[in-house]
This record gives sequence, structure tokens and C-alpha cells, in this order.
Amino acid sequence: MAETTVCAPGAGAQATEARTGATRVANAAARHSATVRVTHWITSLCFLAMLVTGVEILISHPRFYWGETGNVQMKPWFTLPIPASRGSVNSGYNFVLKDQNSWSRSLHFQAGWLLVFAAISYGLHGLQSGHFRRNLLPAAGDLTWRRMTAALRDKPRWEYNAVQRLTYLAVVFGLFPLMIWTGLAMAPGFVAGYPWVAGVWGGQQSARTIHFAVTALLLIFVFGHVAMVYRTGFSKRTRAMITGHEAGRSER
Amino acid sequence: MSDSTTTTTTRRNWLRRSLLLAGGSTSAAVAARVADQYGLVPPDARGIWAPGHTLNYASHRLLAGDAPAREFTRDQISRPPHANGKPPSDAEYVRHRESGFADWRLRIEGMVERPGEFSVAELRAMPVRSQVTQVACEEGWSYIAEWTGVPLTALLERVGMTPKAKYVVYHSIQPRWWDSIDMYDALHPQTLVVCGMNGGTLPVGHGAPLRLRVPRQLGYKSVKYLTRLTVTDSLEGFGKGMGSFAAERGYAWYSGI
Repeated sequence: MAETTVCAPGAGAQATEARTGATRVANAAARHSATVRVTHWITSLCFLAMLVTGVEILISHPRFYWGETGNVQMKPWFTLPIPASRGSVNSGYNFVLKDQNSWSRSLHFQAGWLLVFAAISYGLHGLQSGHFRRNLLPAAGDLTWRRMTAALRDKPRWEYNAVQRLTYLAVVFGLFPLMIWTGLAMAPGFVAGYPWVAGVWGGQQSARTIHFAVTALLLIFVFGHVAMVYRTGFSKRTRAMITGHEAGRSER
Repeated sequence: MSDSTTTTTTRRNWLRRSLLLAGGSTSAAVAARVADQYGLVPPDARGIWAPGHTLNYASHRLLAGDAPAREFTRDQISRPPHANGKPPSDAEYVRHRESGFADWRLRIEGMVERPGEFSVAELRAMPVRSQVTQVACEEGWSYIAEWTGVPLTALLERVGMTPKAKYVVYHSIQPRWWDSIDMYDALHPQTLVVCGMNGGTLPVGHGAPLRLRVPRQLGYKSVKYLTRLTVTDSLEGFGKGMGSFAAERGYAWYSGI
């Protein structure tokens, strides 16, 4: 059993062992449950697809507005200093990028749906298995400034510290839902049925701008996430997200 | 932990997962059948993008139904109104343009009792509807304008559309810009054969003399320079049967998105 405890997520698993005996320990030893692993990789794949196709759609009009409407005859809130895939946009470059919107749009929505199904599975699993409560909800006592800055200075531990927990909660329950919401807010057919979906942002162009801003935040998260995986042992952590186990071998 | 326990657990898990997977794919197949029966499968549900296109279309039809597109106040109209793309430069269009579109005809044919042609003046004489709605382009830009025109549903009633009809296919003088809508949109009170914009006649840049406005979908469904409407119960025989030129190029046929 000594081997098992090495791979168990911290003190919590030892308590589990005491409570439920050997069979449960083998399960508790898994760092990530099967649902978390599968939905993690589906989400990664979909995020990559949506990022690439989102950028492709974006370059057809790399200007952002606030409010209901926006077009080349209006003053943008900000413009990205990149070339565009449409000649009608004065990008400041003397060339026009190739237009790949057709398949990009189709892939963007298809990946979006797959991501929604993965999110539903993950959400139900997270509630049912206690994953959110156990692994993501920070302990109230850890939410002081002193303890959180200390956690950032500390060496990474088995269990997520309060800053990591808050970050994951913000991504899972904040940024991803916001992406879906602002995406729906850009759909004229959906907004017909639910005008407030765009209205709360002050209009469809505001929703588009937020959709872009949240993409940037998600990208910062991905960079931070991958950097931390790298820092704490890239192959070890990646293997854990594929097989569920930290070590290269099965615990059985 | 004994080996036999592990094997049994693994096998049980495997069985459970296979059953779940089988159950999942069976329900997906059943859902596809039901969706088809209730008209929730778009004509471009083919190839690799079929799941995404179908889910977009079906979810909107189920969740938004006949809900009207948002209408705005006149002071929200974008000025100047943005006109995208260049008007047709072929001799036929230039001739129409120079003669003030006096000879322009909108032909309605297909599954109708009284197929026929309407001049722009005849359409203007019919009861028209004005609405301030937004045009949103798939590229990301948008504008608001006031559109005046004959509701398509009134025109279809006038020519006696047969109840079996399922789609209206519409054509532009630009041969490659054709599209189609289902009866949800064709009979929707906001779907207009537009002849006026922002209080005046429809400008050339916005599709003069006639443009179809489908305000619950992206701009590319609102075909400019409208010449012909074909009422049909099947999209086979129109191009590749996917319902629009845009769909043949990989864009979604249903662009309420």
C-alpha cells in the first residue's frame, strides 16, 4: 500500500483509505478520473480548433466596437494591427489575406457543440463525484491574502492550492460560460428568441468584443497552465492526464 | 487486492462503458430520425459538418421558434448605411439601372397556383411593411437600417402557394448568389421582398431594385438584386441540392447560427 499512498492526492486519500479500504484506494490513487481525463482532452482539442478558426474569422474584420453595430464606416473601439482577409477593411497593409471563413465557421460551430457536450459530462460528473467540492473549491481558511501569496511562493503540492482552485473555478464557471453566452449573443436567430442575451452587454458588437477579450484571457490561462505542467514535470503530469496515474505503471 | 476482483471490476466497467456507448449512439440515431421527421435537419446536413449544422438549426427552431428579430428605433439607424460589395457590372444590370429598373421583374414560379411576374411598381403598390432591423455579416460587422417591402408571406398567398411546399429558393441577377429558406422563415412576417430603405428607394449598393431580407439570419441570406422565387418541396435539382451557393462553398445553409 505504500506505493499507492505515494500517488494518492495528499492527505485526503489517506483518509479515504482509512474509510473504505483497499479497493477504493486503487481508485483514489488515480490523480484524475476517467471523465476528467477524456473531457480534458476533448476540451483541449476543441479549444485549439476554435482558437484557430476564431482567428481566421476574426481577420475578416479585425476591428472591435462597443454597442449594437459596427462597420468600416464607424469608428472602432480598437483595431488589431494585423492584415485583414477582406479588401473592404483598410488594415494599413497593402495585401489581403486568403479568405478561409467557410470551413472555419463550420468547424468553429462543430467544435463548439462537441465542447458543450464535454462540458455537460464534466459538469454532471463534477457535481456527482464531488470533484468540484473536493478538488476545486478552496477551503475558506485558505482565502486570506497571506495564505494565497504564501501558496504562490511554496513548491507545488499534490493538491491544488487556493490560487489554482480559484483559477480553475473562474475558467470552468466564468470564462467558458461567458464564451458560450457571447457566442450565442452574436447569433441573430438565437437573439430573436432571447434578446436579453445580447442586450445585457449593450448589443451584439459588445458581445463580439467580449468574446475576443475572453479568448485572450483563456489563452493566458492555457499558457500559465502549460507552464506549470512543464515546471512540475511535463511527462509526469501529462501521463497523469492520459492514464490517470502519476507514475508510469498501474497501481493494480 | 486479488487479481480476480480486479478483472471482474475491469470487465464490469468495460461492459458498462460499452453499453453507455451503444446507448449513446442509438439515441443519436433515434434523435436524427425524429429530427428529420419534424423538419429539424437542414439541407446541408451532409459530410463532416452535418452534426454542427443540424444542431445549430434544430436548436434554434426548438428554442427560438417564430420569435421576431429585434426591431430598433429610427434613431438607432446607422448613418451612413454601410453597403458591402460592388454592384453587378454586367451589361444587363447596367441597362436596368439606367432605365430606373422599369423593366425589372420578380418572377414567382414552382409550387404555386398562379405563377407570374411582378414589376417593382406593382410590388410598391401592394401593402408594405417597414421595420428597423440589423444586418449582421458573417465577417463580423453590422448595421441597422429601416427596410420597407412586401412580406414574402403575402406574396406567396397571392400566387397561391400549395400546402406541400417546403422551401422558397431565390435567385439574384448575379448567377452565383442564390439561396433558399424553409417555411419558418418564408412565412415569417419580418421576411420581406424589400423595395425601400431608410425612407427612400433601395440604393444600388444595397441590392436595387429588390432584395430579400431575412433578418433572423446573417447577411448572406439577404440576397440582393432579386429576380426569381421558386417554391418547391425539394431542393434536389437546385445546384447540388444543399439549398444555397453558400452551402456548396462550405458556409452554413441556416445562418441564424
